[in-house]
Amino acid sequence: MSEKLYLEEPEVELEEVYCRPTEALYDIPFHYCPGCGHSVVHRLLMEVVEELGIQEETIGVAPVGCSVFAYHYMNVDMQEAAHGRASAVATGIKRVLPDKYVFTYQGDGDLAAIGTAETIHTVNRGENILMVFINNGIYGMTGGQMAPTTLPGQVTSTSPYGRDVSMVGAPLKMTELIANLPGAYYVTRQSVHNPNAVRKLKKALTKSFQYQKLKKGTCFVEVVSNCPSGWKMTPVESIKYIEEYMFPLYPVGDIKVPKE
Amino acid sequence: MKKEIRNEEPHLMKGNDALAEAAIRANIDAYFGYPITPQSEIIEYLTREVPNRKEKNIVVLQAESEIASINMMYGAAGAGARVMTSSSSPGISLMQEGLSYIAAAQLPCLVVNVVRGGPGLGTIQPSQGDYFQATKGGGHGDYRLIVLAPNSVQEMADFVFEGFKLAEKYRNPAMILTDGALGQMMEKVYLPEDNSLSKNIPDWATRGKPKGGAQRVITSLHIQPEQMEKINHELLAKYEMMKKEVRYEEIFTEDAEVLLVAFGLSSRICQKVCDLGREKGIKIGLLRPITLFPFPSERLSELANQVEFMMSIEMNAGQMVEDVRLAVNGKVPVFFKGRMGGMIPTPEEILKDLETHLEKSKVVG
Repeated sequence: MSEKLYLEEPEVELEEVYCRPTEALYDIPFHYCPGCGHSVVHRLLMEVVEELGIQEETIGVAPVGCSVFAYHYMNVDMQEAAHGRASAVATGIKRVLPDKYVFTYQGDGDLAAIGTAETIHTVNRGENILMVFINNGIYGMTGGQMAPTTLPGQVTSTSPYGRDVSMVGAPLKMTELIANLPGAYYVTRQSVHNPNAVRKLKKALTKSFQYQKLKKGTCFVEVVSNCPSGWKMTPVESIKYIEEYMFPLYPVGDIKVPKE
Repeated sequence: MKKEIRNEEPHLMKGNDALAEAAIRANIDAYFGYPITPQSEIIEYLTREVPNRKEKNIVVLQAESEIASINMMYGAAGAGARVMTSSSSPGISLMQEGLSYIAAAQLPCLVVNVVRGGPGLGTIQPSQGDYFQATKGGGHGDYRLIVLAPNSVQEMADFVFEGFKLAEKYRNPAMILTDGALGQMMEKVYLPEDNSLSKNIPDWATRGKPKGGAQRVITSLHIQPEQMEKINHELLAKYEMMKKEVRYEEIFTEDAEVLLVAFGLSSRICQKVCDLGREKGIKIGLLRPITLFPFPSERLSELANQVEFMMSIEMNAGQMVEDVRLAVNGKVPVFFKGRMGGMIPTPEEILKDLETHLEKSKVVG
C-alpha cells in the first residue's frame, strides 16, 4: 500500500473566499439537492444558536424525511425521532430538562400527516419548544409523493393527474390550525425564497429561541420552501412556483404574536 | 421462596398500586402513559401521589396516545432520565414502533404490560397472550427486550427495581410482563426501600453538548448496510451477554418425574397442581421462568434428562411452549395446557390433563 497511485497535489495556497458562518454547523457539504431550502434553514438555525450562545444548552430533534441526517450538519446534541413523533420526543426531553432549549425540525408529511396528533397535542399542552415546519408540499425523500400540503391540481407521483381535492381533501393549513390552540405562544409562516425572506426567517427563529426562555408556550415556525427535484423544476422555476402558487394558499407573516 | 428482612411494615396493596409506588421509590424522573384497563391504577396512583412528593421532582404526563407515550419515553431516556411507561395489550401494540427505535438506539427504560385477553380489543380479563410479542422483539427488526414476569404483588413492586437495574446495565429497554389479575389483586407487600436505587447520568445522554466536546446523537439510522450489520452484531452480542441474567424458580424439582413450566399467574396455579399431584403420589415439579428473555433454556435442557415429560401451562394458545420445546430439543415430550380469552385454568383441570399424559406415557413406556 506504500505506492501512491495518484499525483502529488501541487502546493498552492488557495484563498478562502467563503467559509461556514458558524461553529455550530459542521464544515461538510450538505447532501441536499441544488436549490433546496433545507440547507438555508439548517444554516439559519445554527447561526441563531451560535449568536445566542446556546450551543451547549440546545437539543434538537431530527425528523424522518430529507432532513433525516440533520444531526450530520447541526453540531448540537440531537435525537433522531420516528416519522411523525418528533414533538413527542421533544416533549420527553423538555419535560426532564426544562431549562434547556429544545427544537424539532420536520417536513410536511412528518408534521402534518403521520404526526398530526403529536403536533396538535404538543402545542395544545404548550410545550416550551420551538417547532420548525418545512412546507414544500411534497414527500421529497421517498421520491415526490403527494403531501398533506400539496396544492390542488399539483402533480406528484401519487397524484399523477393532479391533486383531486374531491378525493383526497384540500391541503391542510396546519399553521392556521396551530394558531388556534391556547398553548401556542408564537406562530408564524416565513419562507426562504429570496434574501429578504431569509433575513425575516432568521428573525423569527431568533425570537422563538428567546421566547423559549419565558416558558410561555410553543413557538411554531412554518417555512414555505421548495423541492426542485420533487417538483421537476429548476431551482429558479421553483422559486417562481413558490411566489405564484404557494403564497396564495400559504401567505407569509405572523399568525399569532405574543401580547406584549 | 427466600425471605428477606425488610425494614418497613408490610402493606396490603393492589399489584398496580404497588408497582406505581415502587416506581416513585425507584426515583423515576418521568412517567408517560395513557389510560387502559386493567392498568389505569398505575397512572392514577402516580398523578395522585407524585404531587405529595415534590422533592422527588418526578414528571407524570398523560399523553394523547400510547404512540406519544413511548416516544416521550424515547426523548426522556435519550436525555439520560429514568423513565417508565405502562399499558395493556392493545396499547402495547401501539408502542411497538417506538420500542423498536428505543431498542435500536439502546435506551434504558421500563415498560409495564398488564396483559389482557386478545386479539383485537379482546377482553379486559387477564391473559398471557403477549408472550411472543414481549420475548421475540415485538416491533420491526432484530431486537430483544429484557422481560421480567412477576407472579405476586411483591414481585410487581420488586421488579420495578430489577427492571431498571438490568435496563441501565445493558442500555436496553426492559419489560415487566404481568397480567390483569396480578395488576388488580391485593396481597401483602413489603415495598422496596425508598431512594435505594442509585442513579448516574450517562455520558451519551443528550443534555446539551459539553463545551468544546463532541456532539451526542441518539439515533437508529445506519443507512450503509455494512454499518447496519455491524450494529446488528453489536446488539446480538449484547443479547448474548444478557443470558447470564437468567432467573427462574424451582419447586419440587429434586425428585420430579413430571415438570410443569409456567410463568406469572399460571405458576401460582401450578404450585397447587404440584401439591395436589403429590398427594396422589405423582412427583410433579415446577420450573417458573422469572426472566422470559433471557429464557432458562439450559436448566430446562438439564431437567429433560430427569423427567418423563414436561407440560407448559399458559393463559394463551401455546406460546412459551415453543421455547420449552426448543430448549428440550426432543429429549422428552413437551405438552401444552392453556386457557384463553381471560379464562384462568384450575389446578384440577391441569392435573387431569397431566394424568392423561402420564397414563399414555406409561402405556408407551
